Amino acid sequence: MDLLKLTCKELRDKIAVGSIKSTDATEAIFSQIEKHEPQIAAFISTFKDDALAKAKSIDEKIAADEKSGLLAGVPICVKDNMCTTFGPTSCASKMLENFHSPYNATVVEKLLAADAVIIGKANLDEFAMGSSTENSGLQQTFNPWDTRCVPGGSSGGSAAAMATKMCFAALGSDTGGSIRQPASFCGVVGLKPTYGRVSRFGLVAYGSSLDQIGPITSDVADAALMMNVIAGKDENDSTSIDEKTVPVSDYLAGIENDIDKLKIGIVPEFIAAADPDVRNKIEEAIDCYRNAGSEIIEIKMPYFDYSIAAYYLLATAEASSNLARYDGVHYGHRTDSPADYVEVYSKSRNEAFGAEVKRRIMLGTYALSSGYYDAYYLKALKVRNLIRGDFTKAFEKCDCIMMPVSPTTAFKIGEKTADPLQMYMADIYTIAVNLAGVPAVSLPCGFDANKLPIGLQIIAPAFEEAKLLRIARMFEKRNDYHLEQPNLTTNKHE
Amino acid sequence: MTNLDYKIIVGLEIHVQLATKTKMFCGCALSFGEDANSRVCPVCIGMPGALPVMNKQAVEFSLLAGLALNCEIPSFTKWDRKSYYYPDLPKNYQISQYDLPLNGTGFIEIPLEDGTSKRIRITRAHLEEDAGKNIHAGDAFSRVDLNRAGTPLLEIVTEPDLSSGTEVRALAIELQRIVRYLGISEADMQKGHMRFEPNINLAITKDGTEYRTPITEVKNLNSFRALQRSVEYEARRQLDEFIDTGKTMVMGNKSTYGWDDNRNVTVLQREKEEAHDYRYFPDPDLVPVEVDEKWLSKIKSRLCELPLQKQKRFVEQFGLSDYDAGVLTADKATAEFFDETVKAGAEAKRVCNLLTQIGLKLANEKNCSVAELGILPKALAKLCVMASEGQISASAAQTILVEMSGGENEPEKIAEEKNLLQKNDTGELEKIVDEVLANNPDAIAEVKAGGKKSKKASGFLMGQIIKATKGSANPQMAAKILSQKLGQ
Ligand SMILES: [Zn+2]
Repeated sequence: MDLLKLTCKELRDKIAVGSIKSTDATEAIFSQIEKHEPQIAAFISTFKDDALAKAKSIDEKIAADEKSGLLAGVPICVKDNMCTTFGPTSCASKMLENFHSPYNATVVEKLLAADAVIIGKANLDEFAMGSSTENSGLQQTFNPWDTRCVPGGSSGGSAAAMATKMCFAALGSDTGGSIRQPASFCGVVGLKPTYGRVSRFGLVAYGSSLDQIGPITSDVADAALMMNVIAGKDENDSTSIDEKTVPVSDYLAGIENDIDKLKIGIVPEFIAAADPDVRNKIEEAIDCYRNAGSEIIEIKMPYFDYSIAAYYLLATAEASSNLARYDGVHYGHRTDSPADYVEVYSKSRNEAFGAEVKRRIMLGTYALSSGYYDAYYLKALKVRNLIRGDFTKAFEKCDCIMMPVSPTTAFKIGEKTADPLQMYMADIYTIAVNLAGVPAVSLPCGFDANKLPIGLQIIAPAFEEAKLLRIARMFEKRNDYHLEQPNLTTNKHE
Repeated sequence: MTNLDYKIIVGLEIHVQLATKTKMFCGCALSFGEDANSRVCPVCIGMPGALPVMNKQAVEFSLLAGLALNCEIPSFTKWDRKSYYYPDLPKNYQISQYDLPLNGTGFIEIPLEDGTSKRIRITRAHLEEDAGKNIHAGDAFSRVDLNRAGTPLLEIVTEPDLSSGTEVRALAIELQRIVRYLGISEADMQKGHMRFEPNINLAITKDGTEYRTPITEVKNLNSFRALQRSVEYEARRQLDEFIDTGKTMVMGNKSTYGWDDNRNVTVLQREKEEAHDYRYFPDPDLVPVEVDEKWLSKIKSRLCELPLQKQKRFVEQFGLSDYDAGVLTADKATAEFFDETVKAGAEAKRVCNLLTQIGLKLANEKNCSVAELGILPKALAKLCVMASEGQISASAAQTILVEMSGGENEPEKIAEEKNLLQKNDTGELEKIVDEVLANNPDAIAEVKAGGKKSKKASGFLMGQIIKATKGSANPQMAAKILSQKLGQ
């Protein structure tokens, strides 16, 4: 049996009954990493010794018939913007390259409590700012389907690791599409949960009102399993939602059941605006649902077009403030010989932040400045409310909305770096979801002419992740796209 | 000679450190004097990924202050980030409140020296977190101690309604009394629990035209004395400057001064401080605070009679002098101790005298409040009743009170042991009077003769009686018996 072909859930079930050892699964993952990591560069750090020790202890636990967690013995990777007491928490920035967190993020605590084996921390765009992982201050990650291409971003490392089977599941974070778009580019499943469903405590903040942690997995059931571990109220995160207000579901329960009389909303202009290959596959996917008995309803989202403008004001405003703490005074990079304390700030920040981070800090600082606040930040907040309204109205007519994740498949490394605005525009389908705070999933729905994966995005009302995953599973049951693997030996790496 | 008249105009910003169990947004205990950076956690030192969680007690304390300061309390308030770079500010933004403070406009009544009071308008009172401290120890670098970072501060801003150093001081003391009454701050000046920043200028009338001098702000004053003196000094300095230069206020311009406590002068720190751009925006890590009626009424129920109300009541209800009432209400425990003693049947003025003449001295010596001397209000009331009924003299009452502060709460027992009970036994007194009369026939004759000598002689006889009883005779009773015996 090829151990690596198992899903996270299948592996968990086998480890739990002792038919597979976590040690073997972990060994398999590390031999995969040794084989492919030089080609993909998905990880900023890996913890082979610690992971094997943990795997061994879980095997012993299971052998002793002790109660084990939901992810017992399963090798998992987390994006390197989630704090861990082991290894650095770099955010792919020179600023935090050698930063070691004194505490674990809540999601990391939850993974550990579920007996997961954390095997490494994945690369990202510096401080999660970007859509290609080209903005990593530490390394470039390559798309496993074509290593001349970007893996997407900012959770590019997590998605590439998942696609290369260098882990059984991964965590990413999504501020404007950072889980869904790399999942789409790498042909894996990515779920951005409702804002407030998963704790942000210990997630290094980029745009606090938009950031949300979610799973990147090989199929929808695994995303549900991961949600069963990470979802829920956290007393350390005031913006996480009280489970008394909105209970957390068992996301796996009923996942195999189709939804009768499903009403799917589509905005034809959105689909038409994508590249032809993307458009065709999205239309095929919608046909697949139609054939399964779903009703397709045309809806309008008039304020959607303003989402990029609103997002790049709100996210950068928050980022300019969130990143103010990296100053060379307390931790992180400090310049060598500052003349005075002002230089501690200016030189440390200038030396350690990359161009995109600086660009966004400056944009955000400008948007919040006195005299501009009303015209930019405040107006963006109003637009955000209108976009929320778009979704509220849409969900009066349909159960979910379907559209592409990205207008294109993975683009070539360096292709868009010269034009940041063009890069921003590629986030058109994902950003509104973050502004509205609703959940959305990206799932593989085919390939373009160059055999690059295409992702279908399904968006649901707030806190309806369970239903959203069932809807996604309907497609997965009828298609095999999620089972296809990149051929890493014939890969056209330069 | 020009005709020149001026008024001082002062508004105050006051930071009050709240006596909560933990810091404003994390679980660290509040700190004073501990080793540097020993009371910190990822949240209050701004580690990556750490998130603030609002301290509900701090909000309730602030609302309680708002109620006591007659503030309008909006039902919706929120947290904002105030951005500026400084090494003692770990996140390089302070979580504060910008346009929607917990407490809106209100007022505080301050007592004036003439026994009246003045109403000073409050602009707002909001909650925020304190910064840490930079330590400049003379090395090539400075150090930062973040123990104080995240401590809850209530910032109270007044309108420029104060018009003298004395008034400014009175407000500061009144506010200290209020927050201590409410139990929301220790308001210990030595520990920096109250910090003041007066904004001062003058309205000068010269030849019938009014001029305003430039506003100055004196930073970070932490004693009442420095506060009063800095205001008085600034007023003189500004007047001199105006006479010398004729400079007047320009809107939006404010110079910042420090206070040199050794030289008793203000020192210019920054001239014409340009309006700082703090880039306020709502903190996305915190949720807005909604203050509903139910919550507010629960907080309202913790409101007590405020010091100035109490002081006025003591004057009106008990006929105490404003000064004495002020002394008794300086701290809540003493005021309540007084109230309870009176309630237990004592005569208010007598309690007041005993407490102000003896009790406070004792408390001072023991460095505690009167209420902590170990004396029960009931026992003190008993003592007062004994004195009022003439069982003991006023001076004996004082002696007994001193004894009682040792923990003995039975004044009768002390009086007996110390032989301080006045002789009220008529039979025994009569015998003594008889003896005195028998030994002083001349004096009797003088009394009976009447005239000038008569008064002197009866005074002499009274003196002999008191002497014979070693002072324990009840003087009224002795006088009564004497006059009966002499047939008067
Ligand atoms: Zn703390």
